[in-house]
Amino acid sequence: MSTRLTQGGRRIDRSKPVTFSFNGTRLKGYQGDTLASALLANDQMMMGRSFKYHRPRGVVASGAEEPNALMNMGEGGKFEPNQRATTTEIFDGLSAGSQNHWPSLEFDIGVVNNAFARFLPAGFYYKTFLFPRFAWKHIYEPFIRQSAGLGKAPDKETLDADTYEHFYFFADIAVIGGGLAGLQAAKTAALSGAKVLLMEQDPHWGGRSMVDGGELDGKPAAEYIAALVAELEGMENVTLRTRMMGAGVYDHGYLLGYERLRDHAPALVGPRHRLWKIRAGQIITATGAIERPLSFAGNDIPGVMLAGAVRDYIADYGVSAGDRVVVVTNNDDAYKTALAVKAAGLDVPVILDARAEGGGAIAAEARAMGIRVENGKGIAKVTGGKRVKSVKICAQAGEGAVLEEIACDAVAMSGGWSPVVHLWSHCGGKLLWDEEHAMFRPDETRPPLGADGAGFVIPAGAANGVMDMGVGLADADHAARKAVEALGLTPVDVSLPGFEQAAEAPLQPVWMMPQGAGPKLRMKAWLDYQNDVKVSDVQLAAREGYESVEHTKRYTTLGMATDQGKLSNINGLAVLSETLGQAIPATGTTTFRPPYTPISMGSIAGEARAEVFQPLRRTPMHDWHEANGAHWEPVGQWRRAYAYLRGGESVHEAVNREILATRESLGLLDASTLGKLIVKGPDAGKFLDMLYTNMMSTLKPGKCRYGLMCSENGFLSDDGVVVRLDEETFLCHTTTGGAERIHGHMEEWLQTEWWDWKVYVTNATEQWAQIGVVGPNSRKVLEKLGGVDVSKEALGFMEYTSGKLGGFDARIFRISFAGELSYEIAVPASQGAALWDTLFEAGAEFNATAYGTEAMHVMRAEKGFIMIGDETDGTIIPQDLGLSWAISKKKEDFLGKRAQEREFMVNPERWQLVGLETVDGSVIPDGAYAVAEGENANGQRNVQGRVTSTYYSPTLGKGIAMGLLHNGPERMGETVDFPGTDGKTYTAKVVSPVFYDPEGEKQNV
Amino acid sequence: MSEARSALAGARFAGIAHVEEAGLVGMISFRGDLGHAKVKSAVKAVAGAAIPKPRGVALAGATGVAWMSPDELLILVPHAEADAVVAKLSTALKGQHFMAENVSDARAVFTVTGPHAREVIGKLAPVDMSRFAEGEIRRTRLAQVAAALWISAPDSITVVCFRSGAQYMFDLLSAAAQEGSAVGVY
Repeated sequence: MSTRLTQGGRRIDRSKPVTFSFNGTRLKGYQGDTLASALLANDQMMMGRSFKYHRPRGVVASGAEEPNALMNMGEGGKFEPNQRATTTEIFDGLSAGSQNHWPSLEFDIGVVNNAFARFLPAGFYYKTFLFPRFAWKHIYEPFIRQSAGLGKAPDKETLDADTYEHFYFFADIAVIGGGLAGLQAAKTAALSGAKVLLMEQDPHWGGRSMVDGGELDGKPAAEYIAALVAELEGMENVTLRTRMMGAGVYDHGYLLGYERLRDHAPALVGPRHRLWKIRAGQIITATGAIERPLSFAGNDIPGVMLAGAVRDYIADYGVSAGDRVVVVTNNDDAYKTALAVKAAGLDVPVILDARAEGGGAIAAEARAMGIRVENGKGIAKVTGGKRVKSVKICAQAGEGAVLEEIACDAVAMSGGWSPVVHLWSHCGGKLLWDEEHAMFRPDETRPPLGADGAGFVIPAGAANGVMDMGVGLADADHAARKAVEALGLTPVDVSLPGFEQAAEAPLQPVWMMPQGAGPKLRMKAWLDYQNDVKVSDVQLAAREGYESVEHTKRYTTLGMATDQGKLSNINGLAVLSETLGQAIPATGTTTFRPPYTPISMGSIAGEARAEVFQPLRRTPMHDWHEANGAHWEPVGQWRRAYAYLRGGESVHEAVNREILATRESLGLLDASTLGKLIVKGPDAGKFLDMLYTNMMSTLKPGKCRYGLMCSENGFLSDDGVVVRLDEETFLCHTTTGGAERIHGHMEEWLQTEWWDWKVYVTNATEQWAQIGVVGPNSRKVLEKLGGVDVSKEALGFMEYTSGKLGGFDARIFRISFAGELSYEIAVPASQGAALWDTLFEAGAEFNATAYGTEAMHVMRAEKGFIMIGDETDGTIIPQDLGLSWAISKKKEDFLGKRAQEREFMVNPERWQLVGLETVDGSVIPDGAYAVAEGENANGQRNVQGRVTSTYYSPTLGKGIAMGLLHNGPERMGETVDFPGTDGKTYTAKVVSPVFYDPEGEKQNV
Repeated sequence: MSEARSALAGARFAGIAHVEEAGLVGMISFRGDLGHAKVKSAVKAVAGAAIPKPRGVALAGATGVAWMSPDELLILVPHAEADAVVAKLSTALKGQHFMAENVSDARAVFTVTGPHAREVIGKLAPVDMSRFAEGEIRRTRLAQVAAALWISAPDSITVVCFRSGAQYMFDLLSAAAQEGSAVGVY
């Protein structure tokens, strides 16, 4: 059984007990424990069930590479699935649950899949669920979705209770990995004068050398590391962060750092995670190495662990994986585990060394301690269900004939070490196969390249394939010097500590154990624990023709789980290579993609949640709208009032009331969002003549003119009223959504084509609060405010004046979008809310009524005025809308002119704008098509037109619409059919689009 | 007429830094030939400081001038004087091609103050705040909106954004200044 030892545990504080719960049971650990070490200390070997076969699984590793021990963590707003127990630090009150089982971890129904495993091989889904076709959607997929999967998805209604943030940081050199190599590289870089950022995913510095380091300069490695950290902490130009993982390396030295601030201490206030967005001149990847499992039958039974992890649990947490630990290896490193187990007072019944010649000096040491060592031997099979019971020994060279069965409760395995090349590879760093150590390591001649064509990532230490610690220190120093030189600085000489490297016997690659294992053994030899991929699956894929490693990955799901194949990748492609009869480099690896391990969605979103999820633009009168029942409508990022609801009114009722009040007496509209571009200069008139279809240069100061803007392809792009403020200055109103776009459009033409024209443009949209004062009593209310003569004589239709209107600094435009006597008053935004209030006070006797965007839309439709985005959709030219009057025939050129002369644009078959009036007064549904006789080639009804705007007009008491119709203007009085999606057909008479006051008498009083 | 109102008059938040709406500031967007002697003297006369180098800001008490682009400046004056300053510039530069627009009310201004002010900005803007010095201006973004910023006093940063985004900016800065969120690098 796994248990807490009476002594040891460098990371834990035995004076600080911690209580947590696992699957509802209260357990005890110590501060400094990970969830994995605390569970092992409580003899909780089994920590979850596998994805496909629901096999019992225990922890395999001690770090970020862990594939099995994934947990549902926390509850409610703190719930998060798929958290690795090996990187979760425990705290008082932590609540974790195992995943992928029903009804319980101990007794699980889904394990029945395990019994049928031979019928569920690789590609099973693809082969089995093809037919009948309907069954996928209705039977197979729902069943698979229910039975597969790991953690629970968080409840969609429960918001994450934590906050997250981003942080932008700039460094000359970023070092990823705070092991001995990373620390040493940071020191050399910092002493050479570079600004250094050093990050370590673990809470502790030192990496593996804290457990395996031996002695540096005759002192324990831990002492050297402590001194190194202290020295770096004292340097101004060094930033040190623990619990921060290098998540991804991107182009141009961009690097993501994922900092976990409160996962270990959720009681602290502040954000939970911080995502660092780093720009680094050079990046050093000192990311260490990961041990590989061995592929023997039963290598997934709880209690089978990586050899390095077994000694980590002893050294770091004082936790033993078992009382009797069998060690199985193909290299010298795993002997350290045997020695550590022995030193902890526990038993190592045997070391199985697959190498015929056995190990080096350390093997002799093990023998000297009385440990039985068997060379050329391996494991035929591990017995046990929910925990290891025994191992059956065989010759590695054979087919698995059992020589002996040895009882044990844990197996420590080592298949060698693979450098963590992920971050080196993210942005294109290439790998080469190191035959001697049987591993892929960075090819330093082919690094990721920056904008200057030079490399910007440098690997160091074990991540560079340098497994000897002394050589690794020198390699780290070398990496830092290289980075320093790349920055144009001069590296300083740093003295390195002395280190005695014991001579090691060479590793022997072992991709299958025993090498001649038959089908029965191969079917129980796991490669990818998390996705349940076995040696037999990869071999099957190869036999079925999957030669590319990327295809095999997708067919078998090897390496596609949340651990992205950290343990399985190399073993899997080695098995594939062997089956294909080719060398490993010929097979290659799958692509390493960021993030290195999964990062929280919250950290990606950063601060963008709740009220700051996206910017909301508010007008100066926003608060009034909110206090007065505004039913909001998003218009770009603006929020505009669609209608103002009073009492129990529906939106439709409110819109009708607002329209009638405006037409009868006085309506007020917040038009502040309207784009306002100031165009000034001696060439401003000439410039606007090019931008608008009509003539603007002839406009007199103080006059307004409605204008159309087209793209160079002739399509209608924006419209609005242009005002000539003085000889050199124009104010161009744009649509609400068009302000920034048209400003950019103007600047682009000025900067790229007409750079020698003397014109400046400023976007003054937000400088002004603008209020539409609309209705027969609009003049009266302005006269009450006083200060500016707004009489018909002083300020005619389409004229502009300015002055102190009731004390406000006002620009007054007599323009009308509703067809009534109306004014638009612009005042500086700081005065907007006050003017709005004043107008309501003064307009009380006229029943001044605020109206929203829908009333505005209906009233303009009653007048037959087009709306950009309703009547236009990017394919409409002004000529389609009966707007030929607004296209100058005199001008030599304007944007869109030539395009509008093209054959298709002058084709009389183009649909044309008309008004539509239903014969029964109903409202045609939005977007309805007018059908014609017959069917098209696809068997659909032919169409002859479509509705562009359709409303109920309270003014006229019936439905009105505008639409585009084939030969429309020539068909006045005809009726056209519009089938709705509601099964009804709406019959409408073709009429003029101007429904209300066609003579324009009302606006011209 | 009632008092002119800034977008979020009186809004303030205290966390690892103080966030405060700074009220109305007179701002004139000036465009023209920045190398022209008449432009230089006209700007200096109203701003109280000479046109700074690219990406620079020159402050002189309640007035100042910031470089915005090769042909654009932002002139800072007391809010009530902005229209008069536009008129003054127009007189001084009569006959010359330039543009001076009062954009005071198109903006909202905030100050972020305290020893962690740089970190608060560093959470939202892709700017190297460790090297950001007094006398510099950045036109950048804070999260999803455009903003300009400069150091207004030691440990105090002025942030300018569009008025319509004032609430968003205040909420952003407050979130970035929340308790317990000091990064500890500046």
